[in-house]
Amino acid sequence: MKHLSQEQKLTLDMVRDVVAREIAPLARELDEKSLFPYHARDLFAQLGLLNPLLPAEYGGTEMEIATLAMVLEEISKSCASTALMLIAQIDGMLPIIHGGSPALKEKYLRRFAGESKLLCALGATEPEAGSDLLAMKTRAVRQGDNYVLNGQKCFITSGSVADVISVYAYTDPGKGPKGISAFVVERGTPGLVYGRNESKMGMRGSVNTELFFEDMAIPAENMIGAEGTGFANLMQTLTTNRVFCAAQAVGIAQGALDIAIKHTRDRVQFGKTIAHLAPIQFMVADMATAVEASRLLTGKAAALLDARDPKATLYGGMAKTMASDTAMSVTTDSVQILGGSGYMKENSVERMMRDAKLTQIYTGTNQITRMVTGRALLFP
Amino acid sequence: MFNDNEELRIAADTIRQAARERIAPLAAAVDATGELDNEVLSLLWDLGLMTLVFPPEHGGAEQSRGTLLCLAVEEIARHCASSALMLIIQAVGSYPLLHGGSPELLARLLPRIVKNRELVAYLVSEPGAGSDVGALRTTAVRDGDAYVLSGTKCFSTNGPVASLYTVLARTSEKGRDGLSFFLVERDTAGLQVGKIEKKLGQRGSQTSEMYLDQVRVPVGNLLGEEDKGFRLAMMDFDMSRPAIGAQALGIAQGAFGQMVRHAKERRTFGQQLCEHQMIQQIIADSATLIEASRGLVYRAAAQYDKGVRNTKLASMGKLFASDAAMKITTDAIQVFGGYGYMQDYPVERMFRDAKLTQIFEGANQIQRLVIAREILKETA
Repeated sequence: MKHLSQEQKLTLDMVRDVVAREIAPLARELDEKSLFPYHARDLFAQLGLLNPLLPAEYGGTEMEIATLAMVLEEISKSCASTALMLIAQIDGMLPIIHGGSPALKEKYLRRFAGESKLLCALGATEPEAGSDLLAMKTRAVRQGDNYVLNGQKCFITSGSVADVISVYAYTDPGKGPKGISAFVVERGTPGLVYGRNESKMGMRGSVNTELFFEDMAIPAENMIGAEGTGFANLMQTLTTNRVFCAAQAVGIAQGALDIAIKHTRDRVQFGKTIAHLAPIQFMVADMATAVEASRLLTGKAAALLDARDPKATLYGGMAKTMASDTAMSVTTDSVQILGGSGYMKENSVERMMRDAKLTQIYTGTNQITRMVTGRALLFP
Repeated sequence: MFNDNEELRIAADTIRQAARERIAPLAAAVDATGELDNEVLSLLWDLGLMTLVFPPEHGGAEQSRGTLLCLAVEEIARHCASSALMLIIQAVGSYPLLHGGSPELLARLLPRIVKNRELVAYLVSEPGAGSDVGALRTTAVRDGDAYVLSGTKCFSTNGPVASLYTVLARTSEKGRDGLSFFLVERDTAGLQVGKIEKKLGQRGSQTSEMYLDQVRVPVGNLLGEEDKGFRLAMMDFDMSRPAIGAQALGIAQGAFGQMVRHAKERRTFGQQLCEHQMIQQIIADSATLIEASRGLVYRAAAQYDKGVRNTKLASMGKLFASDAAMKITTDAIQVFGGYGYMQDYPVERMFRDAKLTQIFEGANQIQRLVIAREILKETA
């Protein structure tokens, strides 16, 4: 892997510092009390990290994907929920960056410049449309200068706290993937109704919300790109997003592994630290190997995205599957290495194990990412 | 599997029905509140399950006690692992008393346990002695016609709610050959409940630290011979490890049932989820692991019932069934997708509950050592 640039080093040093001082100490409380990381949002806004992919022409830092992946890993080592807030932020903005007209970008992206604290979300999933996004039922019907949206979304990360949501709906249900369009929806729009925030097993510091659209009128100029381009736009966002999910998974795994390794050096059983026991050494070796492989694959996928290489889809799918499966097994084994104390809330590894499970599910379950990867290989 | 034994089949049917009708509806609340429902506990006593391994004249089964314990644990754990844990702890905690208590002690305590429905807890683990039982530091010093016990125990299931405790303590400095079991009653001066743990799963059971500060018990409370406690603990494992395997099997079976039902109900990409071949792979692997677990667990229990040395099979059953339960519950959430991660559905609870089965009654790393040692002894 190529060496870090001076700029990447500076960014990562800053992130490590802020994570150690301001984010890690709160991770347990966010989880226990299901608190949204507003403190992290404020810090990230000050440090120019809240909108890392915002293009320079709209006042953003336009960070490289490869750097962003490393940033997300650093945050996830200590608090995956905080990283998920940032990922949701990027997800909500990417459709506008990728597909928005110059006028739409001017109208919305500009608002996120500087130390803006505005939050974004992406609204695609529905109760009957998870992996199968084409099964979405939300409709957008043109009426004069507006599109009127009716329907329901679920599990929307940051849904209830977002100021701007990129929402997907059928404008022409007869056309399948070419019948879906995307819209920018602002908080406070009449007809935007918030359902409940879900009670989740993990990532409890992030918010997942049901959204209802009841004759919600959206100005036609808020359509992202042309009518019927929504699905392609969504796929482009998901392709990018999988790399962030992978980076988050690598961070969770590394965070758990660090705690497990420390424990093996502290814990004495059978007259010596358990680090001296061969079964423990083998577990640690396998865990570290899987984490390193996941990190490299994630780095490769990120670099391909930066290079706009079409292979990014293939490698993004591989990285997401590998890194999230690794996060699940490494966190499960970290609890195992800590034994009974690993099962207790105060040692954090059980939280990481709960957090890890979501990485196998979101932004395409690992069944979907395997399908994507397999097809990309077999039908290039 | 028990079609050849009418009595066991009837018992299993009875327990299955009671668990489905009277325990399943309370399982989510038991997890959320962290307290076992009194109605569930009463039901377990009413059905005679809390004293299955007692002598028949004190409420125990006439025969096949190990198998019956496993059956009861499995059927209940399908719906609520915390409730099933009550049976296991009662059996494990009582074992040193049942097999080491003097006739006078048994005559005094067993009728009382049955009449007052008292819980027995097992105090072995210490902060410095988990897998390494030989490192126990709690001491028992002979003083006239009493022993004086001092030390700290941890991860004591039912510690805060039990009336009787079987405590493993050091009677001489000979490593594992210097340990003895004692019966301590709740009201004894110097016995104190410490911190109650917050756990990842099996939250309906209370797990605590227990402090023994100059606890005086009469010499008659010595269970078995002095310095022979480790052997008693190992014999206890021969009964309890199949029961842990049965708990894991029940959890796996519960998650599997949910997985299959959801796969039939949910439609994606125009067909039932269960019609997708990748989902069928998961269903097939899960079912195979469950059947293999069942075979190992009940064979270990049958050998226990016959009085045949079952140490190897008991460890195999515990190891295999708990690893299977972890994998199957992880995959069950996967089949549910986003829904599986939400606390509205039971699979996330089962996932959290499953993890403990890989840890307690000997971490799976210890089980592998036991299995290997048994094989090396057999082939010596």
